[in-house]
Amino acid sequence: MEKLHDLQQAFQAKIDADEKIEPKDWMPDAYRKTLIRQISQHAHSEIVGMLPEGNWISRAPSLRRKVALLAKVQDEAGHGLYLYSAAETLGIDRETLIDDLHTGKAKYSSIFNYPTLSWADIGAIGWLVDGAAIMNQVMLTRTSYGPYARAMVRICKEESFHQRQGYEILLTLCRGSEAQKEMAQDALNRWWWPSLMMFGPSDKESQHTEQSMLWKIKRKTNDELRQQFVDATVPQAEFLGLSIPDPDLKWNEETGHYEFGEINWDEFWQVVKGNGPCNRERIKARIKAHEEGAWVREAAMAYAKKRKERATAAQKVA
Amino acid sequence: MKKNWPLWEVFIRSKNGLSHKHVGSLHAADAEMAIENARDVYTRRSEGISIWVVESGNITASSPNQTDALFDPANDKVYRHPTFYDLPDEVKHI
Ligand SMILES: [Fe+2]
Ligand SMILES: [Fe+2]
Repeated sequence: MEKLHDLQQAFQAKIDADEKIEPKDWMPDAYRKTLIRQISQHAHSEIVGMLPEGNWISRAPSLRRKVALLAKVQDEAGHGLYLYSAAETLGIDRETLIDDLHTGKAKYSSIFNYPTLSWADIGAIGWLVDGAAIMNQVMLTRTSYGPYARAMVRICKEESFHQRQGYEILLTLCRGSEAQKEMAQDALNRWWWPSLMMFGPSDKESQHTEQSMLWKIKRKTNDELRQQFVDATVPQAEFLGLSIPDPDLKWNEETGHYEFGEINWDEFWQVVKGNGPCNRERIKARIKAHEEGAWVREAAMAYAKKRKERATAAQKVA
Repeated sequence: MKKNWPLWEVFIRSKNGLSHKHVGSLHAADAEMAIENARDVYTRRSEGISIWVVESGNITASSPNQTDALFDPANDKVYRHPTFYDLPDEVKHI
């Protein structure tokens, strides 16, 4: 008991001194569990996030747009992989992580349960969804767990092109015909609120925030990040000539921040619980891809084994 | 039977003159596939010109519990550092 207490104190002292925790260091079980939950949820979001955008690759309006979208979606696959790797350093294996996604035990960002109805949605996702993700991920480059922080540095380097390509899509639409501009506005109308929800429940409702801040897994609260996002994004919408679908949105001279309307938390919880427009479709697509890829994984293993055996046999002869 | 591909650690040399540096890990059926996957995952933006992969199970790591035993003896040997030696300011280039 005494010893556990010492370990805990040494651990927190390290965190307080802004030192990183590395895989083999002692850590409280709850810290490990929280990280596995958060990192795997983050990894799943990257992978499931490929689905709504992948939906438009074959219909991108030009070759320039197509190569950009293809590269972005490929990046997201990479992000998923960096994050799964980081989670695996905590002693959980990949199979378990994937199973937890498929059975619904693990969550992913609920934003990816909304459909991509028009090409403008691809612009809105890059601008808003990647934009919101960047706010969160920049903070996480300073998270206390070493492998997670390092994965985030790599991811952040890649993300900025994602947001810029999205904004460029909308800029082009907004400078185009009346119908194109309407398409852009419609996309903003549908993606604005779900993007604000990406930061998670408000601070007074969030059950994990306080402990995560203490462990420096998170460095800013959900509400702080959400505010930062709104402040950065509103002027960008103005530049596009689009209006944010929030009648309560207004600049507060005194605080130097935008005030915004109440988020529809019922909708948020509905989507988290699996009742969003595309929850079932997304998981079905993931399971299908996993199952249909099984023979490839098995064949690769069998081939590797055969080659190894041949190499050993050849060595014996020589 | 475990069907998961084994885990590999990936090291990248970003340019000649620098050492290979650990960048992360990935799963692959064999070394060749690990190199190919590492190329796709860790060098999509010319981050490297050379890749090493090693199966994670083949790495032996020191334990954080050994930190004192391994590294403490170096702490009190200040005479291994140039600043330990007092020389007058007039002496140049030394
Ligand atoms: Fe990403
Ligand atoms: Fe992204």
